[in-house]
Amino acid sequence: MARGKYGTVFSIGLQNTFVYRWNFLLKTLFSLIPLAATVFVWRAVFSEGGSDTHGYDFHGIVFYFLLTNLVDTLVTPTEDEWQIAAEIRDGRISAFLTKPVDYLAYRLSLYASYRIVYTSVALLPLALLFWGFHDFLRMPQSSATWPIFLLSLSLSALIQFLMAYLIAMLAFWILEISTIVFLLYSFEYFLSGQVFPLDLLPDSFQGVIRWMPFTYEVFFPVQIFLERIQGPLLWQGLAIQTLWAAILLTMARCAWNKGIRHYQAVGG
Amino acid sequence: MLRYLDIYWVMLRNSLVREMHFKANFLLWMLVELLWFTGQIAFLEVLFQHVNQLGDWSKWEVVLLVGTHQIIAQIFQAFFYVNLTNLPELVRTGRLDLLLLLPVDPQFAVSTRQFGLDNLLNALVGLGIVLFSLTKLGIHPSPSQIFLYTGAVALGVTIHYSILLSLNVLTFWTVRAQGLVTAYFHLLGIGRYPETVFHGTFKVIFSFLLPVLLVANVPAKALTRTFENPTVGILELAAASALSLYASRRLWTHALRRYASASS
Repeated sequence: MARGKYGTVFSIGLQNTFVYRWNFLLKTLFSLIPLAATVFVWRAVFSEGGSDTHGYDFHGIVFYFLLTNLVDTLVTPTEDEWQIAAEIRDGRISAFLTKPVDYLAYRLSLYASYRIVYTSVALLPLALLFWGFHDFLRMPQSSATWPIFLLSLSLSALIQFLMAYLIAMLAFWILEISTIVFLLYSFEYFLSGQVFPLDLLPDSFQGVIRWMPFTYEVFFPVQIFLERIQGPLLWQGLAIQTLWAAILLTMARCAWNKGIRHYQAVGG
Repeated sequence: MLRYLDIYWVMLRNSLVREMHFKANFLLWMLVELLWFTGQIAFLEVLFQHVNQLGDWSKWEVVLLVGTHQIIAQIFQAFFYVNLTNLPELVRTGRLDLLLLLPVDPQFAVSTRQFGLDNLLNALVGLGIVLFSLTKLGIHPSPSQIFLYTGAVALGVTIHYSILLSLNVLTFWTVRAQGLVTAYFHLLGIGRYPETVFHGTFKVIFSFLLPVLLVANVPAKALTRTFENPTVGILELAAASALSLYASRRLWTHALRRYASASS
């Protein structure tokens, strides 16, 4: 038990996901299609003489979408919410109630291992993609950007995981959570900046965007890497991101405690 | 043929009764779809703040295109989506056996069990957007244009059907399908853009090999681009949907022959 119990969970997660590596590869390949389409659309925009695009030029916007894709691959949970919900619905969490295992820590370890496998499988197509677009890459000017980016990226991962976890907790009260999961997906997809950079929205929206959790799921770390956000705004953003992670963690703990009291152990 | 219509009518009724049992779920699904659609329109608003044209299409022409895409996608989803995405589960659990025993064509049996009323309502939202764009563009379509548009929409639904069927048939080999459903959305989603923005290999692949660029572009052009002769586009679309339907049918029968149930 040198690795500790969560280390073991982590390695089981690794093995589980490798079974479905073809799925990962296919999924990554297909996700390149909308990315390519986005590049074409923005090329058309800039060839029409699109002006005043908030400091983005064609290269900048393409790099924005490449990074968005990368961050999404690194941190967005793929199946965690469905698995957690299924474990609650089928009564399989009963096993955890009798063991000295913290369910949230258990799921977090699984999430981490899934992300690592997924990323390593997606690495080849992603590397090819970045190589194909090497003219568009712009590394950060300041070396301080890297650690800040990594910090923000980890917070994004935590926020993404906790959102998925929290949504899955609904399975304690309702049988079918897929509608609500997709409702959350639609907000996340648009409001985390995967369709267009959020700073292209009119100024009247910017205040709301700064306070929304979705902004910190993908858009914010990407902005850090592009060095488009600096100075006091950067620190303010990191503070809001940390705040959201803390709020979601508290909510996740509360939801679990309330859910357990409501839990009937179906089939157990 | 008449027998199939009878069977379909019974399943349609059952499906509607079931759906009305879960009213909250029904409303939520409508909301999800509506959010996606609003997001698309918001994206166009952002784009057209910076340009007047996208690949020589004006703003309202593109909105009409997005509305058309919505109509086609939602009609397809109303009739087939849930059934086809259910196929991997049928294969994994071996419940496909039961469907194969029915005295109807197996492809009909797996394609038609459920029906989504919410999707049909969302198709109407798409239609509303198309009509609104037409007034903005000051276009009064002639009866023949409307006829061509309707026909092209039906052909587009066929292409959606063939692609999702083929993707899900792949699970006879891969067992798990989660990635494949996203593949469908990724693939068909590019049909929302004017075909003129695409170039090179990408355009060739998605106009001929996997003809998703034709799906919404052809009907939209039949309404807006009166200066272009629509016949070529319609013929191309008809050929593409016939071919893809044939190919997916072949793939399905081939897969079925190697199906070896799960439980027995």
